[in-house]
Amino acid sequence: MEPVFLTFVFVLAIFLGFELISKVPSTLHTPLMSGSNAISGITLIGSLASVKAGNATVAIILGTLAVAFATINVVGGYAVTNRMLEMFKKKDDGGAK
Amino acid sequence: MNTTTLLINFAYVISAGLFIFGLKMLSSPATARQGNLLSALGMLLAIVVTLFYSGLDYKWIVVGVVIGTVVGLVAAYRVQMTSMPEMVALFNGFGGIASLLLAWSEYHQHPELSVFIALVTFLSAFIGGITFSGSMVAFGKLAEKIPSKAIIFSGQHIVNGAILLAALVSGVVFAMNPASSYAIFLVIVVVALLFGVTSVIPIGGADMPVVISLLNSYSGIAACAAGFVISNNILIVAGALVGASGIILTKIMCKAMNRSLANVLFSGFGATTQAAGSGEQEGEIRAASAEDVYYILEAADSVAFVPGYGLAVAQAQHVTQELGELLEENGTEVSYAIHPVAGRMPGHMNVLLAEANVSYDQLVEMDEINPRMDTVDVCVVIGANDVVNPAALKDESSPIYGMPIIETHRAKTVIVLKRSMNPGFAGIQNALFFYPNTRMYFGDAKASIQALVGEFKSD
Repeated sequence: MEPVFLTFVFVLAIFLGFELISKVPSTLHTPLMSGSNAISGITLIGSLASVKAGNATVAIILGTLAVAFATINVVGGYAVTNRMLEMFKKKDDGGAK
Repeated sequence: MNTTTLLINFAYVISAGLFIFGLKMLSSPATARQGNLLSALGMLLAIVVTLFYSGLDYKWIVVGVVIGTVVGLVAAYRVQMTSMPEMVALFNGFGGIASLLLAWSEYHQHPELSVFIALVTFLSAFIGGITFSGSMVAFGKLAEKIPSKAIIFSGQHIVNGAILLAALVSGVVFAMNPASSYAIFLVIVVVALLFGVTSVIPIGGADMPVVISLLNSYSGIAACAAGFVISNNILIVAGALVGASGIILTKIMCKAMNRSLANVLFSGFGATTQAAGSGEQEGEIRAASAEDVYYILEAADSVAFVPGYGLAVAQAQHVTQELGELLEENGTEVSYAIHPVAGRMPGHMNVLLAEANVSYDQLVEMDEINPRMDTVDVCVVIGANDVVNPAALKDESSPIYGMPIIETHRAKTVIVLKRSMNPGFAGIQNALFFYPNTRMYFGDAKASIQALVGEFKSD
């Protein structure tokens, strides 16, 4: 049953994603892309859980690399998105001058 | 399921909620920043609770997390806004390789997989691998470390088709008998990396917005597949959200170029169509000096700037904003009209102008400006070419025929800033340059605008 249950979640999430993203204005497409990119670093969760005590050397190397790469994706992605969004200002709230 | 695992999984539900709210808040520039922070909070929560799983090897986790955090932060704070497309490509690739490594590590630890798990393990590794090497090629092209032109060789489609077929066959063989197929798994990894390279090299620089969007989607799907491998809902939900986001952006980009996804991926645009549409143009080029342009702008009631990739190359966003400011002081209505595929990634121009402190309510979309183009006094085209080429509307023989453009030629006067008369990326001569209401203002975009700013200030 588990594969069916997981597929259920998957299909619903896809529909939700379509609904959410189609409301994002084109002005914000770059931050959307880098922000959603950071979310795709969610693999980090799986990578963390795969680095278990007593793993074989190969698994340790693979797991640690996965953690490092996914962390770059997550941390870098959110930081750069935040940096971009900080710049989106309107005039009256002190944007220009 | 013991209590800890149960609590961890409940926390994942909260994380998923935060991701969803975060994305929802991205629908307006006013709330977008909080949205991103909310999404980051969701990620932090998911990471922290995951550390409570029993039996983890914290030593190696700390090593990985520290390295990743340092590299990620340094890269994120060092990068120039003009280099944002390559940064996103790079981060995206890292997400992809993480999915591949995760699948590999799980398979290495438990080679006895059910057919379903073996299949998703294959998908996670394969899509993750394509995302990684494809993103690296895209990064190389965007950073101009490798030629950004489409690289075409004869029989390319056959080679790509053969690689894909080989991958699918090895995937099936692997899924049938995963326990004794370690070598086949390694073949899958190599083939995936190879396929990422061969499928992105034939795509030229101006098509990069489509490719980045698509790779973004792949990285989400890879994370999703990894979620199936380890039966983890949060990976599936987050991966699916990203996958959907990438697909929508890809669709928008394709529509903005009036081309199908298949055409972008397989045609090698710009390399094969160079010969076409370079026919003789009627009319003549009218060049203008800084002083001429100054008088035109000074007398205008409304000015629309139309930026393109050239603005990013010349780093002219700050001087453009300064000029816009001076025009506003002069009583001119200023807006910035942005084509969906201007630049090298979706929304590239918006970010650059935001960096230069242009208020986001002055950034208008193509569909918003076109209906009122007749009332615009002056359009200033800065480093954009194909997206303002009227041939897309009128010349059926043009390779870009049918692509929606910003109809600058309908404005009373068009000023085109351009380095020289060389045709644009697609190798197509721009009919706009020969219109009677067009003035060509030659020179480096930044220096040219600087000269205009000087004219305004000395006045």
